[in-house]
Amino acid sequence: MLKNYQLPRKVYATEEHVMFKKTIEEYFKNHVTPHREKWEEQGYCDKEAWLKAGELGLLGITCDPKYGGMGLDFSFSAMLIEEQARAGAAAPGISMHSDIVIPYLEKHGSDFIKEKYLPGCCSGELIGSLGMTEPSTGSDLQAIKTFAEDKGDHWIVNGSKTFITIGYTSDFTIVACKTDKGAGSRGISLIILDSDMPGFSKGKPFKKLGLKTSDTCELFFEDVKVPKENLVGELGMGFIHMMTELPRERLTIALTAIGAVRGALEHTIQYTQERKAFKQPICAFQNTQFEIAEVATQLEYHCAFVDRCTELLGEEKLTAELASMAKYHSSDMQCKMIDACLQLFGGYGFIWEYPIARYYGDSRVQRIYGGTNEIMKLMISRSIFADFFQEMKAAKKHAQKQMAGVAAAAN
Amino acid sequence: MSTYFTEEHELFRQSLRAFLKKEAIPHIDQWEEDRKTPREIWKKMGDMGFLGLSYPEEYGGLGLDFFYDVVFNEEMGRTNSGGFAITQQVTQYMSCPNILKYGSAELKQKYLPGIISGDLISSIGITEPGAGSDAQNIKTTAIKDGDHYIVNGAKTFITNGIYGDFIVTVVKTDPEAGAAGVSLLILEQKMEGVTSRKLKKLGWHSSDTAELNFDNVRVPVSNLIGEEGRGFYYLMNGLQLERLCAVPAAVTACENAIEMSLQYMSEREAFGKKINRFQVLRHRIAQLASEVEALKAFTYHCCEMYANNIYDVKLCSMAKLLGTELAEKVATECLQFFGGYGFMEEYPMARMYRDVRVGTIGGGSSEIMREIIAKIVIDGQGYVNPKSSGNGIVERKSNTPGGSGKSDSGNGSAATAIETTTAPEATIEDIVKGIQSKASAVDALGKTLKFDFGGEQVTIDGTGADNQVSASNTDADCTIKISKSDFHKLVSGDLNPMTAVMSGQVKIDGDMGLAMKLQSLFS
Repeated sequence: MLKNYQLPRKVYATEEHVMFKKTIEEYFKNHVTPHREKWEEQGYCDKEAWLKAGELGLLGITCDPKYGGMGLDFSFSAMLIEEQARAGAAAPGISMHSDIVIPYLEKHGSDFIKEKYLPGCCSGELIGSLGMTEPSTGSDLQAIKTFAEDKGDHWIVNGSKTFITIGYTSDFTIVACKTDKGAGSRGISLIILDSDMPGFSKGKPFKKLGLKTSDTCELFFEDVKVPKENLVGELGMGFIHMMTELPRERLTIALTAIGAVRGALEHTIQYTQERKAFKQPICAFQNTQFEIAEVATQLEYHCAFVDRCTELLGEEKLTAELASMAKYHSSDMQCKMIDACLQLFGGYGFIWEYPIARYYGDSRVQRIYGGTNEIMKLMISRSIFADFFQEMKAAKKHAQKQMAGVAAAAN
Repeated sequence: MSTYFTEEHELFRQSLRAFLKKEAIPHIDQWEEDRKTPREIWKKMGDMGFLGLSYPEEYGGLGLDFFYDVVFNEEMGRTNSGGFAITQQVTQYMSCPNILKYGSAELKQKYLPGIISGDLISSIGITEPGAGSDAQNIKTTAIKDGDHYIVNGAKTFITNGIYGDFIVTVVKTDPEAGAAGVSLLILEQKMEGVTSRKLKKLGWHSSDTAELNFDNVRVPVSNLIGEEGRGFYYLMNGLQLERLCAVPAAVTACENAIEMSLQYMSEREAFGKKINRFQVLRHRIAQLASEVEALKAFTYHCCEMYANNIYDVKLCSMAKLLGTELAEKVATECLQFFGGYGFMEEYPMARMYRDVRVGTIGGGSSEIMREIIAKIVIDGQGYVNPKSSGNGIVERKSNTPGGSGKSDSGNGSAATAIETTTAPEATIEDIVKGIQSKASAVDALGKTLKFDFGGEQVTIDGTGADNQVSASNTDADCTIKISKSDFHKLVSGDLNPMTAVMSGQVKIDGDMGLAMKLQSLFS
């Protein structure tokens, strides 16, 4: 039931969306939330949760039905991302799997790759992860060192990756490798490594500030023999392929942000109605009221921008710049607003048994992964000044040419 | 060089710092993981004389000045473990000062040597599941039954509550009486009827935090601290010390975070250069460093006042508010410098980020600090000229929820809105007589102190063998401006001198230390 202070969400307005939302809510309520404590202890979620998601049609939502996907548009994925964040569930890593890994395979993979991996991905039998970041290279993606040495009909891969989401539980990883050391960004290719390939090992899941049920780990490649047919897309085009997928990836982070804030806000409104101090519910204090109003406003405001991005993505018109804006602004807002919500819980805000502390821990990484918010600003400003710097560069070159001409003429 | 610390202070600092570096810091990761700090470290610290710094020597303390406590808190803050630091902060500065100041000789002998040697750990039990900011709403009862109290109730968020030895517990000895029915009673974890539950927290992992339940616990009446019904008064007198140990630790935690960030940023490269070359990051460091520096100066100022026995509720509340909020800001900005590593527990910023979050909540939330400051700054200002008709006192209507805002919670202000009163207009002759009788009973002040009622004055000349009181208006070493009605209330015990000073009802010019002797004059 839409309230006066809530923005109508056109992107989720169809009957199919309404029904799908119910499926999603029940999945998290029955198959995820009850296991959270266990998954937190072990640092990853059980395979059953993936299989259940596959069964309910929650995996590969946008994937072609011929591979077992749902063939729906991205707005359904978007809804799942929001609802998962709203439930405060960091696992299973459905969005990484369905909205990042599967699209690489479906859009850039050969028929061989699609037939080999997509059906398992859609059923939940196969879990995929993406390996870009390395211990010494995060933001500066072009500087990756993992090297796939050309051996004719296969590569030998050496190197390592880190901070790989669902890296520990995944069955295969799309790894960004250098295939041509001299070629800069044109020397990077995307290659699938299967977890059972000899030489491919994994570190234990990292202990993290938040997202404790989601396994994040290091991957190590020691002379891993990888057949050439595991190439995703074109040789040397890895960087370009990644660039085309980034807008959607960044949007998923913005969607997580607004979903999380909605979940946190709902918990907080309830708590401030129940909790009494100085003989009244704490929602009677002006300070509480203004804080809640601020959170509610920020949430709806960001829904407007993010929904617009979802629409544009559907029309294949979402630019990297707009997605970057959505990513950095929503995640900044998420951290600030959830912090404000936590404060309203008083001492209970610091107690792990109450949900808000988890939203707090989980939110912090949103400003870092998927491209730090600093990189987002770099991207946006680069776009703003692109023409100007281009002209400046051209003018400089022209001037240098002229100088060289004058010097030559003088001799 | 600091003007607050002597060479001795700095020697102590080096000694403590070296000790923590060797004996504590290498193990803190493990203690955090274990969710428990072993007793041995406290024993070692006790052996080294790092505990009970300003406690009297007769209990094993060192009788040192407050700035040794400041150094202690600064160095503990530098260890990047709020959980580690809080164990002793609670024991030394929040729990046991109540025993030291108000406890019987028997209680002092029984408990103080142990916490100073590091053999005992204690808690302060105020908060209940249904009473946090509004501590006056506590419901734990202690009903007298012969030579015991029977205690029933519950407390929560009690630091050291699980593995500690005793709790200075806030109880209602008179459940009907509101704030005046509150007393401080020492309970021990091993007493029958005391049960506990360990709480899982976002941070402070090396500190045990308990929910405690008291089911017909029999506590000997000798465990009562001071007098029945004075509990709130005792607590309020301890709040500023509580704040002043948290704030220096917050400052050094911020400094430590910046140091660690600079180290990382000088090593980490991206896009062909060290990340400490990027303008935006450089400016962030500059901004943070500036804000921390300013807070540090303010903190030392507040500590100096306290060291001179000036109990300034407004300043201490401001310091607590700003210090804890700044620590959160520094933690999150510094975490960002570490990129993905900031989110990993293996790196230091994740722990700091989790630990500092409780700072704006515990020890009086930021919201309560703002309430206190607002009451002092807004409601306590601009007292009417005492010469005006009749009483010279104007009723301050509080606009806080919950009514009159008169006596705030235990975590709230000692600055209260004053009620309308018609005090009898005493003549100067009467006042001189009244003061003389009190002044004759105490040692000569050594200096001159003048009460200025605005138009009329009374001076105590303590430069001789004893105190001589007259209606003189000569210059004095210390002049106290106060209305006659407020003065009457001071004398009759209805107005606490500390309250009066920090709320502005009393204005002091000159020798502050001398003004503090008012306390002994009027108790």
